Amino acid sequence: MVGAQNSLLQSGRWRGWEYPLWALAFALPWLLPRQALIINEIAIVALFAVALDLILGFSGIVSLGHAAFFGMGAYAAALFAKLVMPDPLLGLLVGVAAAAVLGAVCSATILRGTDLTRLMVTLGVGLILMELANKLDWLTGGADGLQGVVMGSLLGRFDFDLGGQTAAWYSMSVLLVVFVVARRLVRSPFGATLKAIRDNRLRAMAVGIAVNSRLSLVYTVAAAAAGAAGALLAQTTGFASLDVFEFHRSADVMLILVIGGVGWLYGGVTGAIVFKLMQDFVSGITPQYWTFWIGFFLVVLVSVGRERLIRPWTWWRRAATGGKT
Amino acid sequence: MLTILFDGIAYGMLLFILAVGLAVTMGLMNFINLAHGAFAMLGGYITVLLMQRLGVPFLACLPLAFAGAALLGALLERTLYRPLYHKPHLDQVLFSIGLTFMAVATADYFLGSSQQMVQLPQWLKGRTELGEGAWMLGMGHYRLFIIALCAALTVGLQHVLTRTRFGSRLRASVDDQRVAAGLGINVNHVFLGTFAVGSGLAGLGGALGAEVLGLDPSFPLKFMIYFLIVVAVGGTSSITGPLLAALLLGIADVAGKYYIPKMGGFIVYSLMILILVWRPQGLFVRKGGR
Amino acid sequence: MYKKSLLRAAALATLAFAAMQAHAQDNKFRIGLILPMTGQQASTGRQVEAAVKLYMAQNGDTVGGRKVELIVKDDTSIPDVTKRLAQELVVNDKVNVLAGFGITPSALATAPIATQSKTPLVVMAAATSSITQASPYIVRTSFTLPQAAVSMADWAPKNGIKKVVTLVSDYGPGLDAEKYFVERFLFNGGQVAESLRVPMRNPDFAPFLQKVRDLKPDALFVFVPSGAGAAVMKQFLERGMDKAGIKLIGTGDVTDDDQLNDMGDGALGVVTSHHYSAAHPSALNKKFVDAFQKANKGLRPNFMAVGGYDGMRVIYEALKATKGQGGGDALLAAMKGQIFESPRGPMFIDAQTRDVVQNIYLRKVQKQDGQLYNVEFDTIKDVKDPGKNK
Repeated sequence: MVGAQNSLLQSGRWRGWEYPLWALAFALPWLLPRQALIINEIAIVALFAVALDLILGFSGIVSLGHAAFFGMGAYAAALFAKLVMPDPLLGLLVGVAAAAVLGAVCSATILRGTDLTRLMVTLGVGLILMELANKLDWLTGGADGLQGVVMGSLLGRFDFDLGGQTAAWYSMSVLLVVFVVARRLVRSPFGATLKAIRDNRLRAMAVGIAVNSRLSLVYTVAAAAAGAAGALLAQTTGFASLDVFEFHRSADVMLILVIGGVGWLYGGVTGAIVFKLMQDFVSGITPQYWTFWIGFFLVVLVSVGRERLIRPWTWWRRAATGGKT
Repeated sequence: MLTILFDGIAYGMLLFILAVGLAVTMGLMNFINLAHGAFAMLGGYITVLLMQRLGVPFLACLPLAFAGAALLGALLERTLYRPLYHKPHLDQVLFSIGLTFMAVATADYFLGSSQQMVQLPQWLKGRTELGEGAWMLGMGHYRLFIIALCAALTVGLQHVLTRTRFGSRLRASVDDQRVAAGLGINVNHVFLGTFAVGSGLAGLGGALGAEVLGLDPSFPLKFMIYFLIVVAVGGTSSITGPLLAALLLGIADVAGKYYIPKMGGFIVYSLMILILVWRPQGLFVRKGGR
Repeated sequence: MYKKSLLRAAALATLAFAAMQAHAQDNKFRIGLILPMTGQQASTGRQVEAAVKLYMAQNGDTVGGRKVELIVKDDTSIPDVTKRLAQELVVNDKVNVLAGFGITPSALATAPIATQSKTPLVVMAAATSSITQASPYIVRTSFTLPQAAVSMADWAPKNGIKKVVTLVSDYGPGLDAEKYFVERFLFNGGQVAESLRVPMRNPDFAPFLQKVRDLKPDALFVFVPSGAGAAVMKQFLERGMDKAGIKLIGTGDVTDDDQLNDMGDGALGVVTSHHYSAAHPSALNKKFVDAFQKANKGLRPNFMAVGGYDGMRVIYEALKATKGQGGGDALLAAMKGQIFESPRGPMFIDAQTRDVVQNIYLRKVQKQDGQLYNVEFDTIKDVKDPGKNK
């Protein structure tokens, strides 16, 4: 028993290279002030991807509707700032809470069925929420979006500036916090049971793991994290539009996560960096046809395999029997 | 009311033709192919181009759309798809989305991003009305044509599946690939043929749908959700499942928008969620099937 | 190990990306053009970009002693991307003017940036009334839906249309069109049997049109975003509505010049109200249309294109008037109150509201030289945006 706990603790320990990595990340808005805005965007998407990883990578729940919680967090935070008080941190908490409640409610829908049914159910829920937000336009501003969200200063001292530096640091701090929490979660006995459920649900049930309650719990946590990302988006951009519920948001974050690699928390972060930078770079070159090159990259990535992609000299060697990467 | 029912059936049959290829390939090859809509778009564009540039009559374009999409499907299956069968589902999703992006951008580049218009021949443009008042049945000739053609195709497909050797090989491969291969069935050929036909049907659906659903480069992305709904609700182990699912979807969508216009978009999604929560394997799954 | 090398690759990519962002400081006049170049609204982006480039080709790229540089960005119609792009353009590329904006949320989201950075923002496509009120730095050269809708609501009762059903897409401009049309139409003594709203994601108009058919109005008033007009037209004809005696009227988005010629003869006789038709009989317009078609493989310019073309005119003339000196405030002052002849007809930028005041034409679809055009038969002069008189 002690041995198992020790090995969990051991694998959860922070490696040496992680500290300088995060330090570098936090230094970026200061080193590259002109990129602060896109750094902010990357941090938000990375947070969203980490949230999705909790259910997709670690629990095996395929979801194409995670944007529902992202959007919930965004609108909750925006409405809070507009109607109650403009404090960013409180707004963040409100966003997280709202998304968590929604997640708890929706977790009932993902407990049964195959991958495909879960995919469609989550998708359906996401789209229904968007329609709802559109219909309730007296509250949400409808298709024009909720404008005029002016944020107060962070911690009473840092104002949100036009250059986006405060926003970038804010988003990255939240990302780090959620990352640490998520890491503790998945490297714990609870996380181990999740992986057991993911790998073989029947066997997990036979061993006595309460599958349904665990899945509901992790779904709620993932929803809360996604809500945090949404709240950050609303707060750093100063508005919320129906677009936060759109299908393409869920699809994009899933793409990002799979590009980076599911099942390890850095997957979401690296996927976000790679995808966003690539998208920005390519669309700067060809504003009209950048989707072609992104699609091309994805096809090559999967066909050639991630391992070999990073080592160009292996491209022309015959692949070993099409194994998993 | 009868007219709404008629419209819903036409819409549903169109969705069925578009989605049946996806249902069969997902059930057979366990491959999530989100690029299915791209084959439909190809069929639509083939038809439009042939009609506009070469003046080919509409009816002749339909088999050409089928053939073109089937050919491309066979080619891609052999070269790109085959190595990916054993990859995890998420990789397949990534791959097919990448293909879709490429197809969308290519169509945009060569054909522009505006809606393409199909000029129907005169005999398809009319409308017949029977009955009076609330019981009036108004049938647009084009929708009648769609229903007739799709019904014929469905009967044909069912026949192939149940009465021919290829059909029985296909069913065997869907039920259990290993055993089928062990019995000497050339599973690769079955896959190739099925994928080609599935893509061809999608192309045909795209050609038929250009008039009703519109055709522009974002077609695959817009309609992918509907195809997935049909496949999820109908299950992947038969043809009748997706057929009934598509009809249900078509009628619900059209009737919902007519009777409760304010709830327009909600109806379809809510219905789907309710069905899937109630019957997670899809509405019409055979016992013991996957 | 794969994961480590991926992290390393990502880190390298970040640094490489950062290194490429060097920008020289110079005296260029930069225009940041943010448009939806991909996605549902891509045809809007194409038309505006083509028109902007045409204007620059025709008028050179040196104005007021400064070289004009155009930076085009695709916002894929996602408002937070628009905002980020605008922020980057203003902070990093130091653009002097922001322009474009295909949809209302994009323009509204970017308004605070314009105000904060004192950068004039020229709206070339979006059409909701409230946009110009979102920032004192916004100038519009496109049009507003109320302008077109109200003009139609004045014309219709005088021409035998007493009972109407309205059908609009369920988003900002659609709701604007519905509200102003219904208000004016009722004021003129007409009757609105029902107001239907079509969800944006809608692939099939059939059930809505069937409902209209069952209500038996004199006419159906339609607003859908440019691109969806063809679908409505097709369904309208397929349902036999014209034979049932229901006229089709609407704002010009339904007979968008981009698609009109492909709609077939069924579109003949449809009456719409709009600010621009490619068949507008002026020498300037003929020159514009010919040059546009020549530069764009025969693509006909539509009202989005003319918004872009006139937007550039406003920017260029303002730059000339300030002689290339002064910042955003001077430029903005020179934009307000400009009066000129556009390919659409005469127009001016109201100095108070910074919105466009122009003629609204009533047009009927007719065949000219074997192609379908919106032929103007009546003009309502100098229509101010009714949405502001509240």
